[in-house]
Amino acid sequence: MGKQYKLIHCTVNGRAREVMVDVRASLTDLLRNDFRLTSVKKGCEVGECGACNVIIDGECFNSCIYLAVWADGKDILTLEGLEGPGGEISDIQQAFIDEAAVQCGFCTPGAIMSAVEILNEGRLLSDEEIRIRMSGHLCRCTGYENIFRAVKKTMLKRLEARQREQGTGNREQE
Amino acid sequence: MYDIKALYEAESVQDAIRLLQEHPKAQIIAGGSDVLVQIREGRRAGAELVSIFGIDEMRGVCYDEDQAIRIGSLTSFSHIAASPIIQEKIPVLGEAVSLVGGPQIRNIGTIGGNTCNGVTSADSASTLMAWDAIVELHGPEGVRRLPIRDFYIKAGVVDLKPAELQTAILIPKAAYEGYYGRYIKYAMREAMDIANLGCSVNAKLSEDKRTIIDARVAYGVAGPVPMRAPSAEAMARGRAVCRETVDAFARAVLDDIHPRDSWRAAKAFREHIAVELAKRALTESIERAGGVIDG
Ligand SMILES: Cc1cc2nc3c(=O)[nH]c(=O)nc-3n(C[C@H](O)[C@H](O)[C@H](O)COP(=O)(O)OP(=O)(O)OC[C@H]3O[C@@H](n4cnc5c(N)ncnc54)[C@H](O)[C@@H]3O)c2cc1C
Ligand code: FES
Ligand code: FES
Repeated sequence: MGKQYKLIHCTVNGRAREVMVDVRASLTDLLRNDFRLTSVKKGCEVGECGACNVIIDGECFNSCIYLAVWADGKDILTLEGLEGPGGEISDIQQAFIDEAAVQCGFCTPGAIMSAVEILNEGRLLSDEEIRIRMSGHLCRCTGYENIFRAVKKTMLKRLEARQREQGTGNREQE
Repeated sequence: MYDIKALYEAESVQDAIRLLQEHPKAQIIAGGSDVLVQIREGRRAGAELVSIFGIDEMRGVCYDEDQAIRIGSLTSFSHIAASPIIQEKIPVLGEAVSLVGGPQIRNIGTIGGNTCNGVTSADSASTLMAWDAIVELHGPEGVRRLPIRDFYIKAGVVDLKPAELQTAILIPKAAYEGYYGRYIKYAMREAMDIANLGCSVNAKLSEDKRTIIDARVAYGVAGPVPMRAPSAEAMARGRAVCRETVDAFARAVLDDIHPRDSWRAAKAFREHIAVELAKRALTESIERAGGVIDG
């Protein structure tokens, strides 16, 4: 059997893409090599560390153990897709900086994508729930506490902001 | 790049059967969280694969016409845990699969893969055993259904005939109605760890909550495949809800299980833990069923 390829269509960070993929490629290979999205790290490449974590149709997946051909028809978000219209970084990225949740940075993009999945739910999670939801990431530097604080802080900030907005909204209606 | 010889993508169950017939050496890949890791390790390097990942008809949890709970084999662990049906009728299954790996693994790992791999430590397997699950298989000859107990043949080997795939796991109404359960995974870490021992217990109590009408217990890692402990079940069935019953039940598991020494844990330690977990899991099952022990 010679080399085998498949033409796939997917959305990556909001942009429609059409690409020919080698059936042997992982999604990590596709995102890094074809799209130069190097926030997607190759850590263990066996699904253990979370460095390659990306969001597919709203859920987190370790892209190292996800075949590139499976991305056909999917909506994929990597850390690069968090960039604001003026090139600014997102609140969760800023919180990672503020809380010193980044040291060498290798685990950071993957961890932030898990945080994004949690934050997108728009609800209040207990400390225990946050820890469980972030447990698919190995960090050799920070000891996790700063990562936990960055996620919790951003969650609370967003919920507060939403409450304020709803508060003004109600007043306007009155 | 993975060392994959060829990949065939199935679009439906029938398509998968046809591809498996056309390529008799090909192996099924569902979520790939076992298969891809084994290719990386070299154990399955150079494999021909039939991907069933795209068969959406094999996803989801619903009731079938007999009120049995039907879990599509491709349903991910996180979708099982989030299913309102599972949360209402068999919350313990949602709890068990929420102990698999970490969040990303629970998004990709499927219950079909977790049972077809024939692995004794599989976190869903002991609970499925303990709830008398039925496995549905589709192959060239049509459909067949068999109790999950008979599905396991030996370590790593299940009863899948050539070109057959598992399409669903069913829990009959009689097997879930009135039962309350608890799964305890004994491992060294709370995430990303394989069980040293897994114990799933459930119980059904009489209306006055004083008698155990039925109790079922199954273990992972207490033998080469997940297994029930019938001697223990017999010690509890029809007995009064009390501490003595729970203790007798827990002691009796040693008549059934045969764990082994491994680098993860010694046989004697596993036996000790097995009794303790049985005690705790039955106690909690009884409490969940509304029973009170020694009261
Ligand atoms: C980092 C990591 C941590 C893990 N932690 C745990 C854990 O804590 N507990 C646990 O139980 N497991 C764990 N696993 C193992 C794995 O995630 C599970 O066994 C999972 O359920 C496998 O499902 P899958 O769909 O990915 O299977 P695949 O890898 O696609 O397949 C597994 C096997 O089943 C066969 N198969 C799959 N689906 C079918 C089907 N429908 N019909 C016929 N054959 C089929 C395949 O041919 C293969 O032999 C872990 C894996 C990783 C990578
Ligand atoms: S590189 Fe994918 S989980 Fe480690
Ligand atoms: S910051 Fe270095 S691994 Fe997490």
